[in-house]
Amino acid sequence: MLSCHQATRLASDAQERPLTFKEKASLKIHTMMCSGCRNFENSMNTLRKAMQGFASGDYDSHNQSKDIDK
Amino acid sequence: MTGSTPQAEGKQYDGASQLNDADYLEALRQQMLKFANLQISDTHLAEDAVQEALIGAIKKADSFGGRSAFKTWVFAILKNKIADVLRKRQRLAEVSEIMGSDEDDEALSSLFDKKGHWNPEDRPNRWGDPEDSFKQQQFWVVFETCLNNLPGNQAKVFMMREYIGLNTDEICKEVDLSISNLHVMLHRARLKLQKCLEIKWYDGGKHA
Repeated sequence: MLSCHQATRLASDAQERPLTFKEKASLKIHTMMCSGCRNFENSMNTLRKAMQGFASGDYDSHNQSKDIDK
Repeated sequence: MTGSTPQAEGKQYDGASQLNDADYLEALRQQMLKFANLQISDTHLAEDAVQEALIGAIKKADSFGGRSAFKTWVFAILKNKIADVLRKRQRLAEVSEIMGSDEDDEALSSLFDKKGHWNPEDRPNRWGDPEDSFKQQQFWVVFETCLNNLPGNQAKVFMMREYIGLNTDEICKEVDLSISNLHVMLHRARLKLQKCLEIKWYDGGKHA
């Protein structure tokens, strides 16, 4: 059984490389029972999307409308 | 969101007009410099990269419909310039320096108990719909603060990975880390970011 520390590591690694079948299975079993790690795993996707938004126009589309109005 | 007369629309926001707005350009240049400095940590090389990216973008400025598109484009060029610099440069950091101090480790392991399970107060909560947050300016302020709170080297590899889009091999080469050490660092960075966003955005700091 994975610890939460190990489970979060796998959730992070999943952003970097394909997990092995065994890793995937043990992460899945862990997150089924552990809401904290399930939430952490979901937040990985949010973080990646946020970085993409940060890198593109999302970040200051609100500033843009201010600039234009002035 | 347009404050212009109808016939000026489209013309007023084309790429060329942005170059006439000195304040806008200066603000953009500052943002680029800040980013380039974090990545390259050599002020001259960083300034060169920013300069080249701006010149490259200005050449094509006419083809951009708005500031958002223009900025995306400039940063895309900047990211390529930085990637070039990083790829060319000799790696210069010691592993110990890159990996961070033991204190770092302690701060993180305090999230977990001895058996590696979440301490009750550190257990992550549900975040809700990310798209909702992304629409709010305050979210991005908090997000940037949390990125800035990462220890320098974690911020660096995290940004290389997620922002510049270098792949794992390229990052390992640049900072002279093994793949597994890199994964450890990214894991730490993500734990910190997760915690920071949760405290400052999703729980306590709920955007008044």
